[in-house]
Amino acid sequence: MSPRLKLFIPLILFTGMALFLFRGLSLDPRELPSALIDRPLPDFNLPVLGQERLLQRADLVGEPALLNVWATWCVSCRVEHPYLLQIAASGVPIYGINYKDEDAAAARWLAELGDPYRANIADREGSLGLDLGVYGAPETYLVDAEGVIRYRHVGVVDERVWQTILQPMYQQLSASGDRG
Amino acid sequence: MSRFTLLALLLFSGSAAAVIETYEFSNPELEVRYRQLSQELRCPKCQNQNIADSNAPISQDLRKLLYQQLEAGANDEEILDYMVARYGEFVRYRPSFTGATALLWLAPVLLLMIGIAVAVAAARARRSRVEQSALLNADDEQSLRELLAKTENDS
Repeated sequence: MSPRLKLFIPLILFTGMALFLFRGLSLDPRELPSALIDRPLPDFNLPVLGQERLLQRADLVGEPALLNVWATWCVSCRVEHPYLLQIAASGVPIYGINYKDEDAAAARWLAELGDPYRANIADREGSLGLDLGVYGAPETYLVDAEGVIRYRHVGVVDERVWQTILQPMYQQLSASGDRG
Repeated sequence: MSRFTLLALLLFSGSAAAVIETYEFSNPELEVRYRQLSQELRCPKCQNQNIADSNAPISQDLRKLLYQQLEAGANDEEILDYMVARYGEFVRYRPSFTGATALLWLAPVLLLMIGIAVAVAAARARRSRVEQSALLNADDEQSLRELLAKTENDS
């Protein structure tokens, strides 16, 4: 390499480093990819909120659905709740996981604010939450017709999240299910 | 109490105070492993704390789980695999060596080697410069001799 070209080495290194770090600036460190993406939904056998019966993994599987982890102690869940009602009204099945909550408080919440859920799993001890790798409510999982987890969103599901991320994936899963 | 025990007590009291709840272990060896593992596992919620230091609910849950698994007789590898299956490699402060973490593990060695290479190259270049400048060519030697002779004559 000629000595003249060697002078450019620091510039090249700097540019590479700058690009690498600049990319880092736009990443959200709180966005952790779930370890369960493309893995089957874990098995569970937990009571349905406000009912005597138990709900199992097999009861949820069969069509693409959303799985929403929520609790009455979770402030952001209250923020996302009206939007979940809208999504449910458009015909998307949503199952709730009432995560480490009190049944009575959860029932009151649903009576007051409306119930977007097909059914709610009462995960009082957080055991299903643990198997899902939940680290804070709200979290929303997209599960396909075979019961495989396709996506996890951590945080509030609002119009932007639904329209840009979840809805396109959901529609794709529904379409492929219809054909199959 | 020997001086050594006292010193050990003082040194380890910090980590004992950091843990919020205490568990009764059936075996002191389990407690040592509990301490090690809880410092090696990272809180998924607060991210830059291990679960021993964090007060987040998820860390409490994970500590409880860790305690239960230790008492159930699981080995370290089983416990770490269980956590990684749910929370990903992220949950370990010492992630296992995979394609995704290769850069993380190798970067320090790589950077050190680049540093050594640069330092060696710089030292070599400098030595050759010094050697070159130390050698006078014939013309320089001639003029130096003349100058010296001249100053001797002057004095």
